[in-house]
Amino acid sequence: MSALPAPNPVSTWDDMMEGVWRQNPTFVMMLGMCPTLAVTVSAVNALSMGVATMLVLVASCGLVSMLRHIVPKEVRIATYIVIIATFVTAIDYGIQAVSLKLYDALGAFIQLIVVNCIILGRAEAHASKTPPVAAMLNAVGMGAGFTIGLLALGTVREVLGAGALFGVSLFGANFQPWVVMVLPPGGFFVLGSWLLVFAWWKKRKRAMSPTPIATSRSA
Amino acid sequence: MNMPPSSALPVPATQTPTRAMVLTLGLVAAICGLIIVSAYEGSLSAVRDNRRVALERAITKVLPGANKTISYLALPDGAIVAASGGDAPVGALRFHAAYDAKGSLMGIAAEGSAKGYADTVRILFGYSPPCACIVGIGVINMRETPGIGDKILTDTAFLANFKALDTRLNAELSGLANEVKTVKHGTKTQAWQVDAISGATITSRAVGRAINEASQALLPRLVPKLEQIQKAP
Amino acid sequence: MAHESVFQIFIGALLANNFVLAMFLGLCPFLGVSGKLDTAFPMGVATTFVMAVAALCAYGLNWLLGLMHLEFLRLISYIVVIASAVQLVEMVLKKHSPVLFRALGIYLPLITTNCAVLGVALIQTARDYTLLQSMAFAIGGGGGFTLALVLMAGLRERIQLVEVPEVAQGAAVVLMIAGVLSLSFMGFAGLGG
Repeated sequence: MSALPAPNPVSTWDDMMEGVWRQNPTFVMMLGMCPTLAVTVSAVNALSMGVATMLVLVASCGLVSMLRHIVPKEVRIATYIVIIATFVTAIDYGIQAVSLKLYDALGAFIQLIVVNCIILGRAEAHASKTPPVAAMLNAVGMGAGFTIGLLALGTVREVLGAGALFGVSLFGANFQPWVVMVLPPGGFFVLGSWLLVFAWWKKRKRAMSPTPIATSRSA
Repeated sequence: MNMPPSSALPVPATQTPTRAMVLTLGLVAAICGLIIVSAYEGSLSAVRDNRRVALERAITKVLPGANKTISYLALPDGAIVAASGGDAPVGALRFHAAYDAKGSLMGIAAEGSAKGYADTVRILFGYSPPCACIVGIGVINMRETPGIGDKILTDTAFLANFKALDTRLNAELSGLANEVKTVKHGTKTQAWQVDAISGATITSRAVGRAINEASQALLPRLVPKLEQIQKAP
Repeated sequence: MAHESVFQIFIGALLANNFVLAMFLGLCPFLGVSGKLDTAFPMGVATTFVMAVAALCAYGLNWLLGLMHLEFLRLISYIVVIASAVQLVEMVLKKHSPVLFRALGIYLPLITTNCAVLGVALIQTARDYTLLQSMAFAIGGGGGFTLALVLMAGLRERIQLVEVPEVAQGAAVVLMIAGVLSLSFMGFAGLGG
């Protein structure tokens, strides 16, 4: 990944917000694509997956950060994976205890959180070098960014593909849903469209400002 | 770059001693093990309750008026035993007997599953011994296409298939007299056929196959032993 | 015990329920490695091999953990086994084909975090497949992954010769193409029963 020429985050707030916008996992870093496309057939599923991932992210970064001085560097990746898998297993049971319906809806993708590149990437790049509180706050930011990305897809797909939002029917019974939106192709199309929108918006910003801004990276 | 203060000496690039590695890994394993076990134990009762409630709700849907349900296992050798909380022995088929308020048998509920369009379709069907037929179905889990496959949940004509689906056993009591088969929409002629939903053939076929496979396996074991479970214990 | 035949499972995983285009597994490498045909195909084959090994080990692990009533260790053991299998593949490739090893670069160890590999293990466990069914599922799934990767690589090589609007360049156009591919693969529904 190319180094971002962004100013060094001067405060933990900035550090946290990095993950929400500038380094948004879904739209900028293109990480964690599998759950992004798979579970966003409805806004509720998207939100739940986002929250679950954020919880795993925060817990894992916290534990990794607390152990960062004693984990031998030769086996650090393996250790991080085991830690992440631990928290994913815990969340798996947690979701089952809260709502079986949600558990069935999210399916295998709950356990697949363990291979979500965001978490391992954050643990390796950030949490292993930062004190626990800062690491966890950054994780909250990343998790929030991921959840926002998921929600962006989930809401569009649910509104267009089922005529509802969070289960509440919006357009009444006569609405012919655009079914493809809740099918696999729809996931690709909606994410692609969001990227188009962001690229267009960035292009407009560049065109409107007199001096070129050091943007994160070219498309 | 500023030089770090002298107290933070650069770590020599040597291998971490094996002893330290083993100790650390052991510590990590212990912490993780603790977390997992606590999560598992902590959620166990809640998960069990959730499953039980979901099952009871599903059974009441296919056998309305059921007051009490007891789960049984039909073992490969033909015996019927009450299902305990643990794992079922290999080859045992689980079913649920529903009793009315007076404690007499109302019907049997059992699960069947078959591959649909996207993933497995799991259904619960209610079987009534007096008519030897299926009286209702409920979908436990499915991931079929919204608007197409999920019509099996709502399409009244499709659900009417299962108000009296003939599942009588053959003379030898070894299987169904007539295989439950899903036929093209509008071509149903026999009581053991399932009229598919027009445009949702694959999902309709999955429901038919699920019922057929489950009944073919369970009913020959269950029907000869019905007297054993006529009254609620 | 699932009642599908081995052939049905294989064809299903290859086409109708293609891992990438229908089940959304293995998307990161799909979007990342599908730039060139020469790297896409070997990547697909390497992933298929790891998936087959993972399926085998997952079957054995599941049986073992079931015996000892330690089901909650399933996820951890699966991922550790997968990580080891990937290390093995890396070592073998490094020795026998250094050119390929260098070409695949960072993407080789990333097979560990490929949802498709862990997905195979988890799904075969959830569907209670036998050993043969699991292997068919893994190889069919890997084949489907390779197929999708190769198709995408071919298409992306083509786009390089065409003028893509600036706003669509990069991931956006790749996703749109993937959407159309996914749509076309829906035509395989019902194949193999």
